[in-house]
Amino acid sequence: MTTVETTADHGDGHHDDHHHGEFIAHHFDSAEQQFDSGKLGIWVFLVTEVLFFSGLFVAYTLYRYHHPEIFVDASEFLDKVLGGINTVVLLFSSLTMAWAVRCAMLGQNRTCSRLILVTMVCAAMFLGIKAVEYSHKWDLNIWVISKYNYDSAAPHAEPALGLSQMLGISDYLLVLSIPPAILLIGFLICYVIFRSRQQTRVAGLFAALTIMMGGYFLGAAGGKIYQDFQDASHASHAGEHHGEEHAGNYVGPDINTSPQDIGIFFSIYYCMTGLHAFHVIGGMIALSWLYYRSLCGHWRSDYFGPVDYVGLYWHLVDLVWIFLFPLLYLIN
Amino acid sequence: MTTDPQVAKLFGHADDHNYLTVDRSIKSWLFTLDHKRIGIMYLVGVTAALFLAGVFALVLRSELFTPTGLFLTEAQYNQMFTLHGAIMVFSFIIPSIPAALGNFVLPMMLGAKDVAFPRLNLCSFYLWVFGTGFLLVAMVTHSLDTGWTFYTPYSIRTSTGVVWATMGAFVLGFSSIFTGMNFLVTINTMRPAGMTWFKMPLFLWALYSTAIMQILATPVLGITLLLLIAERTMHIGIFDPAYGGDPVLFQHFFWFYSHPAVYIMILPAMGVISELISVYSHKKIFGYSFIAFSSVAIALISFLVWGHHMFTSGQSGLVAVIFSAITFTVAIPSAVKVFNWLATMYKGSIHLVTPMCYALSFLFLFGIGGLTGLFLSTLSVDIHLHDTYFVVAHFHFVMVGGTLTALLGGVYHWWPKMFGRMYNDFWGRVGCFLVFAGFNVTFFPQFVMGARGMPRRYARYDPEFEVFHQMSTVGAFILGFGILLAFGVLVHAVFRGKKVGGNPFGAASLEWQSSSPPSHHNFDHKIILNDPYDFSAYVWDEDLHTYIHRDFAKPRTPADPETVPSAGN
Repeated sequence: MTTVETTADHGDGHHDDHHHGEFIAHHFDSAEQQFDSGKLGIWVFLVTEVLFFSGLFVAYTLYRYHHPEIFVDASEFLDKVLGGINTVVLLFSSLTMAWAVRCAMLGQNRTCSRLILVTMVCAAMFLGIKAVEYSHKWDLNIWVISKYNYDSAAPHAEPALGLSQMLGISDYLLVLSIPPAILLIGFLICYVIFRSRQQTRVAGLFAALTIMMGGYFLGAAGGKIYQDFQDASHASHAGEHHGEEHAGNYVGPDINTSPQDIGIFFSIYYCMTGLHAFHVIGGMIALSWLYYRSLCGHWRSDYFGPVDYVGLYWHLVDLVWIFLFPLLYLIN
Repeated sequence: MTTDPQVAKLFGHADDHNYLTVDRSIKSWLFTLDHKRIGIMYLVGVTAALFLAGVFALVLRSELFTPTGLFLTEAQYNQMFTLHGAIMVFSFIIPSIPAALGNFVLPMMLGAKDVAFPRLNLCSFYLWVFGTGFLLVAMVTHSLDTGWTFYTPYSIRTSTGVVWATMGAFVLGFSSIFTGMNFLVTINTMRPAGMTWFKMPLFLWALYSTAIMQILATPVLGITLLLLIAERTMHIGIFDPAYGGDPVLFQHFFWFYSHPAVYIMILPAMGVISELISVYSHKKIFGYSFIAFSSVAIALISFLVWGHHMFTSGQSGLVAVIFSAITFTVAIPSAVKVFNWLATMYKGSIHLVTPMCYALSFLFLFGIGGLTGLFLSTLSVDIHLHDTYFVVAHFHFVMVGGTLTALLGGVYHWWPKMFGRMYNDFWGRVGCFLVFAGFNVTFFPQFVMGARGMPRRYARYDPEFEVFHQMSTVGAFILGFGILLAFGVLVHAVFRGKKVGGNPFGAASLEWQSSSPPSHHNFDHKIILNDPYDFSAYVWDEDLHTYIHRDFAKPRTPADPETVPSAGN
């Protein structure tokens, strides 16, 4: 009679990978198999992400092919400097991310957490600068095609809300900055609470989240100062050449394309950059989770998969921007 | 001499100590990470969707019993066929075989404990729940009348709940993507040592090809639906001609997903049929590598044929010719499969049990469905047949005659494994006959009236088509009753069926090496790898009333028969 080789029972089958030393899920044979599965999984996920953006790139290609003049004219509205700064910010964040992966591999959890924090701050800065760009366009009534109402003779929309007048910013920038402000305050309160309860790791997470939201305001303030400076210099520049017509209030480049048509560029611009911004926010959430796990000291040379996977995702978000920047900002 | 009790525990019927009884609380089901339980929950969910959308179909067919209609207004009729189509496609057919049967069977066929990402798997299921929920919200609040295809510009103008419905389809799309990712990674990284690609059961090849399509096509649907939502809410002018947009661009985007999607629906069905034909002919599958590669070929070609949905939408003549030609080539891998199945049955020892009856129905119905596809891919013929009942009949032969039939066959095949109980085979076959007969009575007349010019999606029609519509309506009720009976027999089996051991049919793929129902971790012993179609590796065990791998069987006297009649009679 043949004896049957039975396998040992592996407990209740639930994942308990938040405990030290038990990072291999029950259904994997080895850490290597688990890592390979995760790695293949994230790559496949990135393929779906690329295809997700592909529809927008096809729409872009199609409309640019049919109306190249619209794209040339419309891209004049986009600020190459702000876009360029954002590109640098994201590239730098990719560097810190890659460095964080290396630290996780070496089990240097402390350095890893700091690098992840820098990445988070860069992500938030990117969004802050983006908010300045968006609100500036909205001030000029540059929306998607159906609401596009830019008038080169009309001045900026003046801030109507008391708070935005006080701060000297546009209403739209104020509205965009309210959620980050609420989050900043909320995270700060959570930090104080958990700090007082001696829960240092959770407190550390909320400290990082607070700093991250600070990054948003850093980006927004920097962008705003640059934007004001730019508007002022254009205004004086325009004043020299056109006299009283555009006096004191530069609002955009001279364009030849009819306003009804040019809106399609901004439809595509808002869809592409908006979808990209959602991915940045998703990345910030994932990075926060990584930060917390770094504080817990989870990464070891045989277990660093999550940092690696989120890192790959983050590089993809960066890469999408690397394509968006020249396609939208650098046409001319 | 009785069988070793340990062997009995591992390969026999497991009344206690199985995945169903390990924890009976509701919470243990709702938060389960066990692929088997998730598969069962999917099965319950898609069956509910099938019945809901099936009721809509019966309402439609009743309305069409007379040329002037019975009880619906034209607007209500439009809503009915839209909801029927949308729920059937997005909530039922696409997840049916991969997510329900695939979830249960795939890891076990690999001898694994679970899929690679169990939490993602549960997430997929809840995305399915939410997506279907959104469709239902659209249904009860504003209804929906765009057709399941959401063509612009009508979907931008209509006052019905397009945003809710597209949100639903978007979320269901992600459910499908995550299932596909999970299966692809699981098959890549969790095959047991020694199981090479060409030693996998063909169902896994089919699921793998399906996963490729789910991963590569569905994101495009996602962005298309997002753009449609943006178009409706903000009028971004990408699809809306009122703002210079291009409505045909929507059709291109939509069919870039939705044509691969119809192969997402049929390929897993073909995988099921490969298993059924081989097991119930008790003969090694004929042309293994041809069937395997034809699955991959169908998956790849599926991405190059979307334009055949737009032969009349004003695409260029040259493009139409190219799409037509590529569409014809799909027939080749499909026919390769059919011929190999027929060759497998040739000189096999065929057991006409319920799953095999469904498999034979599949061959017949898919044959007709596939061949009529060639009519439609012929450019000149399509001009005449476009948007007629011929098209309706064609895709129902493939989707219902193909996929639903294979789903039922697969469910009957794996039901004893899922619940450890045997169904009543006589009533199972009666159900199968009713499904087959009802289906043909419903849809065959539609070919005739379609060829004679009856357009699809019309609430009212000329009296000359009345007799065909009436046959179709009668058939629909027979079909509905047949499906109800088929599920009734299965439910009856769970409570009253005869208990069975681990491998009642003598199948040779790894999932049958467990007890029935399987234990929480699928296998409590080290699996023995064998060719999934080498049925001689399993011998009948008198004491356990099940087939058992010969390495585990008690020593036999030379007179012992290797094969005895299959159980279930």
